[in-house]
Amino acid sequence: MSTAVAGRSSTTGHVLFVLRGNPLTAIAAVGIILAIGLAIFAPWIVPYNPVASDVPNALQPPSAAHWAGTDQLGRDIFSRLVAAARLDLFIAASAVSVSFVVGAAVGGFCGYRGGRLDRWVGRFVDVLMAFPLFVLAMALVAALGNRMENIIIATAIINLPFYTRFARAEVNVRRNLGWVEAARACGESHAAVVLRFLLPNVLPAMAVQISLNLGWAILNAAGLSFIGLGVQAPTPEWGIMVAEGARFITTGKWWLVAFPGLALMLTVLCFNLLGDGLRDILDPRMRT
Amino acid sequence: MTAPLLQIEDLHVSFSTRHGLVEALSGVDLSLDAGQTLGLVGESGSGKSVTSLAVMRLLDRAGRITGGRVLFRGRDITRAGNSDLRQLRGAAMSMIFQNPRAALNPIRTVQDQIVDVLRAHRRIGGREARSTALDLLRAVRIRDPEQRLSAYPGELSGGMCQRVMIAMAIACEPSLLIADEPTTGLDVTTQKVVMDLLAGLTTERGMAMVLITHDLGLAARYCGAIAVMERGLVVEQGETATLFRKARHPYTKRLIAASPTRNSTLADLAQGAPPPAAAAVRRPAGTGALLEVQHVVKTFSGVAAVDDVSFRLAPGGSLGLVGESGSGKTTLSRMICRLIDADRGDILFLGQSIGAVPAREFHRSPHRREIQIVFQDPNDSLNPRFAAFDCIAHPLRRLEGMRDGAALNDRVREAASRAGLPDDLLGRYPHQLSGGQKARVGIARAIAPRPKLLVLDEPTAALDVSIQAVILQLLDRLRREDDIALLFVSHDLNVVRMLCDQMVVLQQGRVVEAGDSRSVFEHPQAAYTCALLDAIPAFRSAGTPGPGGADRRMTCGAGSAVGRLSATPR
Repeated sequence: MSTAVAGRSSTTGHVLFVLRGNPLTAIAAVGIILAIGLAIFAPWIVPYNPVASDVPNALQPPSAAHWAGTDQLGRDIFSRLVAAARLDLFIAASAVSVSFVVGAAVGGFCGYRGGRLDRWVGRFVDVLMAFPLFVLAMALVAALGNRMENIIIATAIINLPFYTRFARAEVNVRRNLGWVEAARACGESHAAVVLRFLLPNVLPAMAVQISLNLGWAILNAAGLSFIGLGVQAPTPEWGIMVAEGARFITTGKWWLVAFPGLALMLTVLCFNLLGDGLRDILDPRMRT
Repeated sequence: MTAPLLQIEDLHVSFSTRHGLVEALSGVDLSLDAGQTLGLVGESGSGKSVTSLAVMRLLDRAGRITGGRVLFRGRDITRAGNSDLRQLRGAAMSMIFQNPRAALNPIRTVQDQIVDVLRAHRRIGGREARSTALDLLRAVRIRDPEQRLSAYPGELSGGMCQRVMIAMAIACEPSLLIADEPTTGLDVTTQKVVMDLLAGLTTERGMAMVLITHDLGLAARYCGAIAVMERGLVVEQGETATLFRKARHPYTKRLIAASPTRNSTLADLAQGAPPPAAAAVRRPAGTGALLEVQHVVKTFSGVAAVDDVSFRLAPGGSLGLVGESGSGKTTLSRMICRLIDADRGDILFLGQSIGAVPAREFHRSPHRREIQIVFQDPNDSLNPRFAAFDCIAHPLRRLEGMRDGAALNDRVREAASRAGLPDDLLGRYPHQLSGGQKARVGIARAIAPRPKLLVLDEPTAALDVSIQAVILQLLDRLRREDDIALLFVSHDLNVVRMLCDQMVVLQQGRVVEAGDSRSVFEHPQAAYTCALLDAIPAFRSAGTPGPGGADRRMTCGAGSAVGRLSATPR
């Protein structure tokens, strides 16, 4: 339909307009696509086996053969970085998906229903947020056991309050709008109104939160591994690589720490910048 | 002859937007003498508010005066500096805004806010400031002014907030008062009280007033002269009586025709519309009611919103539920639509009790299809993620289980054309449609499943008069041709009179008067109905002698009723 195309092209136009005024968002988006591409195709990209040690070649500085140098066991740091991207992004993405799905559904229903359930869930979320969240994640992993699924669960739980609150607030302001009542007059049940009508309308605004949280979840996963509560060596992981490399920094072997640190920083930065950019794109005041 | 108080010459204002400069005013000429009251009338987007903001030099950053002059007491203020403007604003000219509650600072008391205005223009001691503020509150006739001084805006009703705004606006005795839709959003009886107050104050103090409104009747009642604006231009200006008797510009004529008067019929409102079809088939007497509401009660946290209301509506009939905010008319309409449950009483639809089915379960009821609703504000009654087609198809998909295909297409197109919505708009999203088009999508959605009862919750309250006229005619045609019964919820007695056979007047959840709408309109029994009727600002249509505002014949003690209503403290 021609009008539908017109609608889409005006959205594209709007995105381009915002990107022109804010090129950092475009750069961040490219960076994230690059990181995801590396993560997906890691097994085919890595020039060396990321866990195979080659002791004679240990602690080599960056060179043409080893772009990011080698570590204390002679493993290629670039290969390990790429393999680690796969793991870290997977942990972050799964954790954020879990907390988004659960948080949006719970928050959406609470915001729509209101009443006692809403108050109880609200207080529970408040209690959750009163903990220092990283310490809570540490405690959860320590209690549940040091496995990847538990890292994902812990990260998901500490992200949950943001989505619950956000979905609750956004659904709450919309629940009395005409089109919500109209949907019910069209024969939708309460559950369908929340899941198929209200939450999709809240989704764009939540995309901002998702982007910001992804960066945070990566940092969280790496942080857990750094203090030894996350993924265990020899699995390539940014946090472990920084932790192990830190021992060699005093002897001038900077590349062991610098490259994983840089990878971590750039990924988190890109997600945060994209979040800011998305906020601008979705801000209705920008749409005049 | 002395120079006019305010003279606007060839005023151009542009707003810079992403799509380049957009001209909001393209050469406005206006003049206003001291003590005169000018009505600035036009539909949304005609540039009324921009004109007033340009005069006050309160345009936001995107807006700029690109040409012309504004002379105030003979002095050009379009190039006045900020300090000069501060001197002028408040002291020489002041403004009242549309939403009084939003225009007052919620965390400061009434006294503080009035004193702020006084202190902005002269040095004044604490005791004197307080007594001046008190005098001002007396001037705007607030009850118990001493107590109101220490009240916060949240503790006042909408009408009282607007009085405080007026007190602030007249605090420094300006010679020009600009009132931008001062009563929009207030109940009709409150509107009358506030407007009477404004009219009294301007006469008493010799102030000139510019009254910006979309309501021709209001302008006719309170203004000596009227300027009609359309698309950034003043198309016609003149004395009120002359303007209504001998409108020259076609837009003015259309506007006058579209504004309902006491005697107009639906056919009068929009010329050129197809004449209504023959009257609906008269049913033999004795056929059962389509809808029967029996002693319905609904209480919200201890307060009865709807208190023992009963009425019946025949198949293909039309009934108007009239009342002001808080009368329970919206709550009642939601209960009849089975979106919320009643606490007591029953609702019968075609003889079957639908009140017994919980609202939560009603979406599975076979009657869901037969009771549809059109909502008040077309802007928030469409899902922003649905194109118009999907909006209209939604009830068909859900309630009739239709799948995508030719049959669904046909039904959607049929409903759209019944509602007067062109086919090529069906692919658009709500933000790409105008207010009137959105209203049509809302109506098409409601009639798509071929309901027997259409509940209309002030469907035209947010629309311009010319669109209101068309929508009203459309509804009337649907009733006659498709035999859909209408339950019309409105605060506007006049509109209800034109559209509905029956009328039920509600006040604070109770029925105060019910009956044939023509006889209720002509011979109201209850004092509240009289007050509502008297508050409708109306003018005589072209041809009838007498200036605007003369149309106030009443059959019972309406004046005292209004006085009593307005005096009721919150």
